[in-house]
Amino acid sequence: MTAPATPTVTALRTMTMVAAINDALALALERDPDVHIFGEDVGIMGGVFRATDGLQARFGTDRVFDTPLAEAGIVGMGIGMGLAGLKPVAEIQFAGFLYPALDQILSHLGRYRHRTRSRYHLPMVVRAPYGGGVHTPEQHADSPEAILAHTPGVKVVIPSTPRDAKGLLLAAIEDPDPVFFFEAIKLYRSVKEEVPEGHYTIPLGQARVVTEGDDVTVICYGGMVEVAQKAADAARAHGIGVEVIDLRTLVPLDTGTILTSVQKTGRVIVVTEAPRTGGFHSEISATIAEEAIDFLRAPIVRVTGFDAPYPPFTSIEDAYRPNPVRVAKAIRKVMAY
Amino acid sequence: MTDDMVQLLTPSGEVTDAARLPDPDTQRHLYRLMRRARHFDERAWVLYRTGRMGVFPPYGGMEASQVGTAAALTHEDWLFPTYRDTGAALTYGLPIPQTIAYWRTSPHGWAMPENLKVLPFYIPIATQYPHAVGAALAEARRGTSNVAMAFIGDGGSSEGDFHEALNFAGALNAPCVFILQNNGWAISVPTRAQTKATNLSRRADGYGIPGVRVDGNDVLATYVVTREAVERARRGEGPTLIETVTYRVKPHTVADDPSRYRTADDTAGWDEKDPVVRLRTHLLAQGHLTEEQDAEIVREIEAEFEAALAEADAYPEPTPAEIVNHVFAEPTPALRRQRAELLAEEGQ
Repeated sequence: MTAPATPTVTALRTMTMVAAINDALALALERDPDVHIFGEDVGIMGGVFRATDGLQARFGTDRVFDTPLAEAGIVGMGIGMGLAGLKPVAEIQFAGFLYPALDQILSHLGRYRHRTRSRYHLPMVVRAPYGGGVHTPEQHADSPEAILAHTPGVKVVIPSTPRDAKGLLLAAIEDPDPVFFFEAIKLYRSVKEEVPEGHYTIPLGQARVVTEGDDVTVICYGGMVEVAQKAADAARAHGIGVEVIDLRTLVPLDTGTILTSVQKTGRVIVVTEAPRTGGFHSEISATIAEEAIDFLRAPIVRVTGFDAPYPPFTSIEDAYRPNPVRVAKAIRKVMAY
Repeated sequence: MTDDMVQLLTPSGEVTDAARLPDPDTQRHLYRLMRRARHFDERAWVLYRTGRMGVFPPYGGMEASQVGTAAALTHEDWLFPTYRDTGAALTYGLPIPQTIAYWRTSPHGWAMPENLKVLPFYIPIATQYPHAVGAALAEARRGTSNVAMAFIGDGGSSEGDFHEALNFAGALNAPCVFILQNNGWAISVPTRAQTKATNLSRRADGYGIPGVRVDGNDVLATYVVTREAVERARRGEGPTLIETVTYRVKPHTVADDPSRYRTADDTAGWDEKDPVVRLRTHLLAQGHLTEEQDAEIVREIEAEFEAALAEADAYPEPTPAEIVNHVFAEPTPALRRQRAELLAEEGQ
């Protein structure tokens, strides 16, 4: 008879999302000599948002290094490093600067395992800050995740909390296939929570039920989770139970958690800050229409950005990005149907 | 032909720089590799016409450019070939049965051998250049002396990725050998319309790396120049850009009709510069090769190809489920559902 093992209590530390990301990157560099971090200004400067702060000083200029200012070169070189067995973790300074690298991404990144029948694979991570809400200059607030989700062979991860960011990033780096990791600029320093110290992972492809409710399902990810939560809190005051689901990863997509909730509530709102047409919200809507239409009590409602570039005009940009008021309005609409 | 081009053999097979010639065994080896590459190119045409091969981009006439460069590598080095570089891939060591399978679009042609560091032929233009930088950098980070070689054409050197890769390789001192095969044509666009800077080797100057221009129809010159670049890279002295001046005497692909965009005048003189004939003339004149040995080489090459063709013919046909295999190490739920759909359709 042996005594039952005492569960290990992991120490917790309160930190911002960017600190949690920095912590994950440091752990990855520490644990695996194949991990290399590179991009524009990631070295001595520590990245424009300080996500790589202190890493070059600690791990050296071979492991953490600045590249020339060329995104196709950054992603293309990373692909070559991955082919040769390293674990490249590239930073693209802003998701809106990803476009010069789209040829490398669409033509190669997701295809390598397939085109070599698994002789080669690419254990590469591309990190990029995305999204609006902080009055960045033109092209710094884009949400291009649907382009990547539509690209076969790449995974797409978008965390909404410090704890998730750390566990998902470590899982992404350990994943044998390419992963895009989008970090909501709005959440870098505005959210703090207790994060376990040391190594842990959160498996890709598992959504998180943020708040439970019986009347309406609100599906979102990244920077929209806190917006949905605020709308859900307001609705709860009026006796409406809102279930907020944070997808965490778009590819792989946890349809099980989505459908279970939809079968319970029968009402669905999908919230993203990306343009309306062809966004990932449309993929979620189509999946629900295909798999659970008999459970629906109201049409699916999308609360999104507009089919226009994210506006570089500070005084009106807040009208682009969905806010709790717009989500609350959608909740009233599906409840009244 | 310009004055600043490295050349060891004139088109008529005369030696211009005896001091730099490789030894006779190496010369014979290069000759054999060129004959072997040419045989594949010629058989590919015939197989295409009889429906036994897919659309194929021929490289006949460019053998010196592809063989002299790839022959400078070992299997520890990386090769990033474009679709026109079957000759380079064969020289490097890609088995003929798999090469045939590739051009038949059979999955067997894409599953590269474990003992080689060669990638399937690149279809997008210029994207392989940054990949070579990354692979080379990885080798350097691991402390090996292995190098990466990537091919590109004159058209490809207009792409941004070409320039980004040269700059990255220079800035990061990556052990890369960049081969730029200037064969005069990007499908229908001649080099003079591609750029005003038609000496393409000079592009290296902009990135602070050595640029060498070599007679791309002189296999002894391409081999010597490439070997020097490979040795520099192995010693940690960084990348080199090598422009091989050659010509695409054949159409863009077996399905292309070049008479729509170029005249006999454009191509005049290139048949006289044929790389295989040039070296053969030299080897016979020097007594490094006899007619009998030459005939024996051809017989061996033909037998090797026909045996490889039989092997390729025996590869089983893929099933539609292969479409969704090998996307991720672990299929996503979506891929599992789609695989079930494909299997259900097969069952009908």
